[in-house]
Amino acid sequence: MQCQSNYHGTRGGEEKLTIMIDTGNRIAAKAAIMAKPEVVAAYPITPQTTLVEAIAEYVARGEYKGEFICVESEHSAMCACIGASAAGSRTFTATSSHGLLLMHEMLHWAALARLPVVMCNINRVIGPGWNIWTDENDSISQRDTGWIQFYCSSNQEIFDTVIQSFKLAEHEKIVLPVMINLNAFILSHTSMPAEIPEQRVVDEFLGKHIAHWKSDIDNPTTFGNIIGPAYYYKVRRAMQQSHLRAKKLIPQIAKDWKKSSGYFHGDLLEYYKCEGAEDILLSMGAIGAESKIAINELQNEGQKIGLARVRVLRPFPTEEIIKLGKQANLIVIDRNISVGLEGVLFNEVKAALFGTSDIKATGFIAGLGGKDVTYKDIKSMCRKAIQGTSKAQEWYAMED
Amino acid sequence: MKKFSVETSLSYPKKGAMGKTGSWRVFKPILDKKKCVKCLRCWIFCPESSIHREKDDSVSIDYEFCKGCGVCANECNVKAIIMEREEAKKN
Repeated sequence: MQCQSNYHGTRGGEEKLTIMIDTGNRIAAKAAIMAKPEVVAAYPITPQTTLVEAIAEYVARGEYKGEFICVESEHSAMCACIGASAAGSRTFTATSSHGLLLMHEMLHWAALARLPVVMCNINRVIGPGWNIWTDENDSISQRDTGWIQFYCSSNQEIFDTVIQSFKLAEHEKIVLPVMINLNAFILSHTSMPAEIPEQRVVDEFLGKHIAHWKSDIDNPTTFGNIIGPAYYYKVRRAMQQSHLRAKKLIPQIAKDWKKSSGYFHGDLLEYYKCEGAEDILLSMGAIGAESKIAINELQNEGQKIGLARVRVLRPFPTEEIIKLGKQANLIVIDRNISVGLEGVLFNEVKAALFGTSDIKATGFIAGLGGKDVTYKDIKSMCRKAIQGTSKAQEWYAMED
Repeated sequence: MKKFSVETSLSYPKKGAMGKTGSWRVFKPILDKKKCVKCLRCWIFCPESSIHREKDDSVSIDYEFCKGCGVCANECNVKAIIMEREEAKKN
């Protein structure tokens, strides 16, 4: 396979750029506001709070002209977004952890109603015990709602992904809600530079929101009403087909974004030094960024190892995983667990490989409850996997 | 009527989109036209638009779509509508 690392291109042309050094949350808010949603409805929850506060600041300064609805719960936030989207508006919200779980029913609703709501979710632990640090079990537990799911690993990627998500969600071949996940604190509260293009660039890229269906008194319809089994069967298949189309459209939209803004974040996986690798590490989110340092050091030590960071969990990049499985043994680090089975990425990677490869796949659970996963930990996990000394689906660094 | 291309549960206005719902009925509203004072409360409250209003404000019941919910009988102030059990269908 062709491995490439094309994530560090600089923006070309004579464009005026702003370098914004700020937290993941505030850069996500900046991106959302630049996309000019007609409606934002959100309820604050740690660690998403500063994102909503940033949007409130845009409202206070008169820089955001849309409707900002302060609701009384996350369930209401999603309901407000559904209503606004069904009325033909571009909509945005953000949440985290228990807030996301409270939305659960309405997440299904937004996806089945084919409403292109865009949402940032800050990956935070689910209680009890009460804990505000990061792990991915909140969004993983919403995996089957029909939402497209991105996992970011830098503030620049958050900015680019939020903008692209509006384009993707509203694309006539997709028309689905999109969730952009960022790790609590590691991304949400960590300042990093991000290059922000001019407003004009975003306006031209996204265009005006065109609703593919909406409540319209001149064209009355009933939506969300009873449909028989045969029709419902079709509705589900249509969602699946849109997800499969998204696999091609995500990189395409990212290429278009690169043309107008200069930055490319858009493959289903980010490949890092995979050429000639005999082992490839798979991970998501912030661990994926930390893994680059581990890969550099392991390569300096003579290991033939590369990194494939999964950016998109739904739709699942099955074909890309199969290609990786033909090249190298795979090591998977999961910051989540499907209790009673194993890490979700590990499980899905193995399912993708079924019948196509006889390589070795090694899975680790790490960093649950926000436990730190440093590049040293990642190196240690990789060494164990390569030497074959890890247990099946090992809980890394468990202190008994 | 403009049709949307998105495949979700959207229904367009059409008489009896869910079929002849009158077959669901267990209790049947019977209207006594002599008692009816043409107040139109039944016509307003019928959730299925199964009460038809004539030009002289007299009403009739569309048994093809009336599900037999009994709202009309409940709303009728002069008891011009009573609910009767449907006869058991012959197999």
